[in-house]
Amino acid sequence: MEFTLVTLLNGLSYGLLLFMLSSGLTLIFSMMGVLNFAHASFYMLGAYFAYTISLKIGFWPALIIAPLLVGLLGAAVERFGLRAVHKFGHIPELLFTFGLSFVIVEMVQMIWGRAAVPYPIPAVLDGPLFTLFTTHFPMYRGFMMLIAVLMLASIFLVLTRTRIGLVIQAALTHPDMVEALGHNVPRVFMLVFGGGCALAGLAGVIGGNAFVTEPGMAATVGSIIFVVVVVGGMGSLAGALLASLLIGVLQTFAVALDYSIATLFSSIGAMVTPQTFGYPVLKLTISQIAPIMPYLLLVLILIFRPRGLMGVREG
Amino acid sequence: MSNLSVELQDVRKSFGKSEIIRGANLKVPKGERFAIIGPNGAGKSTLFNLISGRFPVSSGDIKLNGKSILGLKPFEINRRGLSRSFQITNIFHRLSVYENLRCAVLWSLGYKYSFWHRLNGLKDTHERAEQVLEQIGLRRRRDTLAGLLTYAEQRALEIGITIAGGADVILLDEPTAGMSRSESDAAVELIRKVTVGKTLLMVEHDMSVVFGLADKIAVVVYGEVIACDTPANIRNNAKVQEAYLGGHAPVAEAGG
Amino acid sequence: MTTTTATIKFAPVLPLRWLAWFGFALLLCIAPLVFNKGASLSLLSQMGTVMIFALSYNMLLGQGGMLSFGHAVYAGLGGFFAIHAMNLAAAGKIWLPITLAPLVGGLAGMLFGVLFGYVTTKKAGTPFAMITLGIGELVFSCSLMFPEFFGGEGGVSTNRVYGEKFLGISYGPQIEVYYLIAFWLFVSAIGMYAFTQTPLGRIINAVRDNPERAEFIGYDTQWVRYMTLILSGFFAGISGGLSAINFEIVTAENVGAHASGAILFFTFIGGAGYFFGPMIGAIIGVFMTVMLSDFTKAWHLYLGLFFIIIVMYAPGGVARVIMQNLRVVEYGKFGRVWRSMTAVSASTLLAFFGAVIGIEMLYHLTLESANGTTRKLFGIMVDTAAAPGWLVAGTLLAIGAIGFRLALPGFRRAWGEVNAEIEEQIRRAA
Repeated sequence: MEFTLVTLLNGLSYGLLLFMLSSGLTLIFSMMGVLNFAHASFYMLGAYFAYTISLKIGFWPALIIAPLLVGLLGAAVERFGLRAVHKFGHIPELLFTFGLSFVIVEMVQMIWGRAAVPYPIPAVLDGPLFTLFTTHFPMYRGFMMLIAVLMLASIFLVLTRTRIGLVIQAALTHPDMVEALGHNVPRVFMLVFGGGCALAGLAGVIGGNAFVTEPGMAATVGSIIFVVVVVGGMGSLAGALLASLLIGVLQTFAVALDYSIATLFSSIGAMVTPQTFGYPVLKLTISQIAPIMPYLLLVLILIFRPRGLMGVREG
Repeated sequence: MSNLSVELQDVRKSFGKSEIIRGANLKVPKGERFAIIGPNGAGKSTLFNLISGRFPVSSGDIKLNGKSILGLKPFEINRRGLSRSFQITNIFHRLSVYENLRCAVLWSLGYKYSFWHRLNGLKDTHERAEQVLEQIGLRRRRDTLAGLLTYAEQRALEIGITIAGGADVILLDEPTAGMSRSESDAAVELIRKVTVGKTLLMVEHDMSVVFGLADKIAVVVYGEVIACDTPANIRNNAKVQEAYLGGHAPVAEAGG
Repeated sequence: MTTTTATIKFAPVLPLRWLAWFGFALLLCIAPLVFNKGASLSLLSQMGTVMIFALSYNMLLGQGGMLSFGHAVYAGLGGFFAIHAMNLAAAGKIWLPITLAPLVGGLAGMLFGVLFGYVTTKKAGTPFAMITLGIGELVFSCSLMFPEFFGGEGGVSTNRVYGEKFLGISYGPQIEVYYLIAFWLFVSAIGMYAFTQTPLGRIINAVRDNPERAEFIGYDTQWVRYMTLILSGFFAGISGGLSAINFEIVTAENVGAHASGAILFFTFIGGAGYFFGPMIGAIIGVFMTVMLSDFTKAWHLYLGLFFIIIVMYAPGGVARVIMQNLRVVEYGKFGRVWRSMTAVSASTLLAFFGAVIGIEMLYHLTLESANGTTRKLFGIMVDTAAAPGWLVAGTLLAIGAIGFRLALPGFRRAWGEVNAEIEEQIRRAA
């Protein structure tokens, strides 16, 4: 019981982090049709910027400044890089962001080195939030969930209640018309791209010290958020939320479970030995296959429900 | 066996809450030329998209040569003998004109997914492609990349791709859209030539084209077929005049 | 009525095509005689295998418009199957001469093409790209989970010298391996070129240009893509098998995201729009990864930057740049562009030098300052912590960037005019 609850909470917090990342990705994709391959790299930049800033000033200023910096960088990338590639089509756009992700990782290594950096949780947030039975639920996890939910709410409010939000929604499907109405659509694109990157940066600020801050963090989480977006349904924020939580909870549970098909067999009396046919597969524990669970989910969704959990239209 | 090429039975289509097609009924006999006219937004292109399988119907039935084609994918419908052109030119822009036409005949000549035939050695595809090339009058542009053609040339190629496969039922979606008078006349001649013996369904706005080509006209207003008759009768139909022609007959009297 | 041709006339281009293939074969044969230093042979061998890989990748990218981020799974799995087969043959359990080992790789690649392709080709465009990424990660993770087959961290090794000598060839010396690779390269290239001249090869082009239209001429676009992917997997598997022979080892890295990304880089840099583009890309790519890493630690960064520049300024790749320039020369208009072209190139070069100096110094500072802050750059000792080096770098970069910005419009105008004129001439001649 205790295990289930704690793991569920942990899974939810991880899932919400995934959602913070994939929401920005979905927004940019819905808006501009470009899949920002470098999205996870901006997440990484957020963590590294926050590390440096919290070293010099403190964590709380970093929480504000780092995402802003990342957002500015993202806007600059859109303005001076992506915009030039717009006219070549979607594949060159994707390739541009792909090359960008590569370069960002290299530059991070160049500036901060190849080893993980000790980006710490601020002392005031370090410690248990509450205690469930015998396990402490860390305060920082609760903080992460809070930020994620706040972020969700503010995106929703901005998109539906403000004027710029309406313009963005309109430009989502009819950019030419919106431009004809006098709105500076290229600037809106730049804003959305920068905004999406800022969201990723924010995720990095709070995720970087909860997990590890190192050059490989972009690659680790990068492929998972693409899976989230496809499983949730391209272009659907609700789907991204659902998929993020699903994957977050599934993976967190899986990592903690040490059962395999072999243990299942032995519990009903059938012994599995190294001589049994298929032993390499049978002996795999759930925790060992945890890393590939998102991809297995991807394959299943593609076979049984290709448009994703809440896909709006056929890809 | 049915002698109707295409039949729509109480077809309805909704996009979300808006019902675009509200019970359309149509009977198109074999070998006849039908024109579908109607005010903008009446649902003419949507009907085409439903017939050719681009969208699924919400309810009702669509029959091709007597058999229902509901739920079939576009390529399955095409293989049963229905071919369509598009309002916005839809060609293979990085292939030459000749290659465009050759692609269009490959399936109908049975080559399917072959990767063991040498394309240039296939005489029948070559002859058929050349034949259509001649018919649509683009011989001079045989090796030009399709994306570099002029607009009217692309429309002609569009028609060529549509008929090259030898389908019996041809759907043309605004074939003369954006053309000048002389270009339209040439297009009408072309369409008349290539649809001999076939069933033709055509969405058009240009009345001279309609009255020049069609055996029958179907008028679509607000997602329903309000009239379907010979051009002469349509011209005098009070409902049509009120809904579409604005109370007076069109000036161009090009045959009937 | 119509003029039907009784026979197909051979287009005058054909003799040229035969000549090109003959020239290619000749080049393959004499290359090791020209580049005969020890390391060169290994480099040539590598280029050969990567060329096959890149050509197979271009079946998807250039001919099908399918961007895959996980193509290495077919090459890598092909390599694993080939290497296991070779080990079995060396132990006497099966009969497999080394010459045919790549074929095992090819069949394995094809098999996995059938398996994975069914899932990946359910979507097209951007979703397809992401799905291939997911499948690639899946295979890579699986390869670490089953050390029995994949050899764990150390991979699977083999000795390519086994069995009886075939016509006196034991495949021990590198030169013999090179000619084996050259043989398979030639055969594969012919095979993949022949594919482009078949109905499926032409229809995949149509699906690339306009998938919706392709459906309306009777083709199931998913099936077309699926079959093309299977064939592409076959050739990728051949390249994997050859790589297994060449390096005598296959590891999980061979199916990883890095290898998939690399082949994407190489193919795109070379030029996806021409059949020979990927081959150029393979040469450039292998050169950069193998040779450049000897000169600088930052070669990874340079590769990425080069890729971005190609995407932004020459998305048709090196092949297209070459062909475009050849066309301008052919029409005698090169005199009109060479001045502005030189200006743009010179400023780019300047900026490039400045950037290189800066990057090298930065790398040294952050990653190697334990050994002191000075290093040798272009033959001069530079103190990376002191100002002068940075000033030089910054100035060069600034001048280059400004010069580029100034020279580009002029070049664009001249280039555009010249090409518009050429196209008009072509149009009129038709």
